[in-house]
Amino acid sequence: MDAALECVLRQADNALVLGHRLSEWCGVGPVLEEDIALANTALDLIGQAKLWLEYAAEVQGAGRTADDLAFRRDVYDFKNALLVELPNGDFGQTLLREFFFDAFHLPWLQALTASPDARVAEVAAKSAKEAAYHLERSAETVIALGDGTDESHARMAAALAYLWPYTGELMVDDAVDLGQDAMPLPSSIRPAWDTTVNAVLAEAMLTRPDSDFAHTGGRSGVRHTEHLGHMLAQMQFLPRAYPTATW
Amino acid sequence: MYAQMIKSEATQDDPEKLAAFQARIDRGEKIEPKDWMPEGYRKTLIRQIGQHAHSEIVGQLPEGNWITRAPSLERKVNLLAKVQDEAGHGLYLYCAAETLGVSRDALTEMLLDGRMKYSSIFNYPTLTWADMGAVGWLVDGAAIMNQVPLQRTSYGPYARAMVRICKEESFHQRQGYHLLLKMMAGTDDQKRMCQDALNRFWYPALMMFGPSDKDSVHSAQSMAWKIKMNTNDELRQKFVDETVPQAEYLGLTVPDDGLVWNDARGHYDFTQPDWSEFYNVLQGNGPCNAERMAARRKAWDDGAWVRDAMLAHGQKKAARRKAAE
Repeated sequence: MDAALECVLRQADNALVLGHRLSEWCGVGPVLEEDIALANTALDLIGQAKLWLEYAAEVQGAGRTADDLAFRRDVYDFKNALLVELPNGDFGQTLLREFFFDAFHLPWLQALTASPDARVAEVAAKSAKEAAYHLERSAETVIALGDGTDESHARMAAALAYLWPYTGELMVDDAVDLGQDAMPLPSSIRPAWDTTVNAVLAEAMLTRPDSDFAHTGGRSGVRHTEHLGHMLAQMQFLPRAYPTATW
Repeated sequence: MYAQMIKSEATQDDPEKLAAFQARIDRGEKIEPKDWMPEGYRKTLIRQIGQHAHSEIVGQLPEGNWITRAPSLERKVNLLAKVQDEAGHGLYLYCAAETLGVSRDALTEMLLDGRMKYSSIFNYPTLTWADMGAVGWLVDGAAIMNQVPLQRTSYGPYARAMVRICKEESFHQRQGYHLLLKMMAGTDDQKRMCQDALNRFWYPALMMFGPSDKDSVHSAQSMAWKIKMNTNDELRQKFVDETVPQAEYLGLTVPDDGLVWNDARGHYDFTQPDWSEFYNVLQGNGPCNAERMAARRKAWDDGAWVRDAMLAHGQKKAARRKAAE
């Protein structure tokens, strides 16, 4: 696959898969305001995914639509980081996953606004405004839950242990990143991510794990988790079951 | 979504005050939270607004059932935004109820332990994607019939909440109708889904207006207080009259052999729903009562640690700020 196309798909799939995961919370949040805020974030991300997928379809030039790319690709053609496809777990795990992603996403989108590819810069500029709000909210919530009660602290510590090995992939460069010039290297975001994450974990009374081990395989599509296939089975059911229908 | 079968509370207040209160309502004045009001008015409104709020919240579930299976990005965004609007309606309504002196948590507890109800319609399952169209078209459509007059209800905060809610509900209804229009222009499978959805939702939608006026014992006081503006049968007739031509335009058949235009009345004659089914649903025997309540209880119980943590964090933060001063 063309490196430029693959890079656009990586943006699209991160937003689509995380947006889908957050949408699973709709109607069952811990408090009405959180339910509404999660749906808002999901709406932003799915909106961003649509913009990226429309561009990906154009770059691909094979006559496919954004919906074709969302609903008719199988697991190995998805290019999202593993982190965003992980199951929601409890509310704390969902928000901590969101925070780790947001802490990457905001500086990343800000960097993309300087892309020589005008379309990339344009989508990034629109998305960055939303990502700033997402980060503010997820950081505040992680702090509240880490600091809150003994139970909430223990739950956040468990979520941290589970999610940590999946954070590194967001910032590991690979051949695709190196083979294009529309986007900066993901590793360039590491200092900003570390600064945000260290500050928030400290305020949340959580200890940053020592390990820098990172599961990889999502951004390349080479080895997703088992969770993604189940998500796609649900998400893609109608277009797959009724391939000639339009909705 | 709206409230049904609201029992008006008897009231035992000073007759002079009552007469003055009724005169205000008759003059079309709005009653505001700090105004004197009969205890029965307050209690009836709490029950009505609370049930309405609960209906919004429980009403998120049947549509939420399809958010993760919406067939296109646009449909997914529309549905998610709609269900989010319902959560927002719940929020305004709980706020309106709070002005009457009952907290949101107290109302939620009453829903969860069965002391308060939500609309019967949400105890029906959503089985195919066409149900997302049918719910928007019929369920939101029936809700609008009920809610548009409530924009003129006597209690100020309720009337104002209703103005905003009505705007969004009519958007939802159009969205539902368009979803069905698109499917009816599609494949045979899609058309079949649409007809099946109408078959399943038609009578439950008619039931949303509550039992026939001759069996509805709670209307008179509520109508005098202007917290109920029309009778159940009036609204049901209006709904049938408006909806039947819409079904015809879609190319769908309303599942009622008795449906016929009555020139003399200027209305459709139609078959009443099976009221024994309605009372069964109210008693907890609808197809999804157990699931809906279990889902709400689980959300509430699973969220307890989050609510506790946020409260504790807020208190700690305040204490730290004070200590730093």
